[in-house]
Amino acid sequence: MLEIILAVLVLVGAVFTLIGSIGLYKLPDFYMRLHGPTKATTLGVGAILVASALYFSFKEETVSLHEVLVTLFLFITAPVSAHLMAKASLHIRTRMESHTQNKP
Amino acid sequence: MKRGTRQTVEKANASTLPRWKKWLPHPLLSLVLWGVWLLLNNTLAPGHLVLGAILAWLIPLLTSSFWPEKVCLRRPGVLLRFIGVVLWDILVANVVVARLILLPSKRLQPGFVTIELDIRHPLGISLLANTISLTPGTVSCDLSADRRQLLVHGLHITDAHQTIDEIKQRYERPLQEIFESC
Repeated sequence: MLEIILAVLVLVGAVFTLIGSIGLYKLPDFYMRLHGPTKATTLGVGAILVASALYFSFKEETVSLHEVLVTLFLFITAPVSAHLMAKASLHIRTRMESHTQNKP
Repeated sequence: MKRGTRQTVEKANASTLPRWKKWLPHPLLSLVLWGVWLLLNNTLAPGHLVLGAILAWLIPLLTSSFWPEKVCLRRPGVLLRFIGVVLWDILVANVVVARLILLPSKRLQPGFVTIELDIRHPLGISLLANTISLTPGTVSCDLSADRRQLLVHGLHITDAHQTIDEIKQRYERPLQEIFESC
């Protein structure tokens, strides 16, 4: 039973990370490409971390909470780096898709 | 006689409070540091409890000049509900964005929206910007120099007003309640 849950969590994490990477490759301009990695990392890595916490908690029979910290740091740093990259690219006027609404 | 003693007690309290604050300038930060130390070491061993407590006391003391304003949380209930809402939205965001990414890119309608901020607390603003970047199809791009406007890029915006209203209702209102009450 545990193995099924772990497998599902790891698979879900992998799928979302993959979709994030596909977005990075496929979306047409810099600002849209930012969305792929910032979102995919949260649920993709989140699911894998939950799987890791469960696995090590059951294997070593002590509660493993390292993963909470990884999640915390990820949730703090991912939006900050996205924000800084967006700010920098606005500053140097990176090309944006022609049908972007309300261009700054 | 009785009134006299009470006054001296009050006076003593008033003089000990600043000294207590001087030695423990950021109790909340200390508590978080202690928790992070224990999580990093993944243990509750007595040695680490003590070492963590010493670090949690020393680091805020040595870096207190970097933290000009005091962080205080007046409404822990609102904060907890806010965290719940954000976690749920992150889950939804991922599914929505995954679907948008797999759609043909030509059908996406990317766009910028400007949000007029009502929240003034600097930490509140940074938390709001973080939350916006973590949730459905939006990334915060720029904060105006006077901290009154936040520029947000959306991956697929069909109704700009609706997007702005949603962000203001769902995220800005509770953050304002948490931080403006200080």
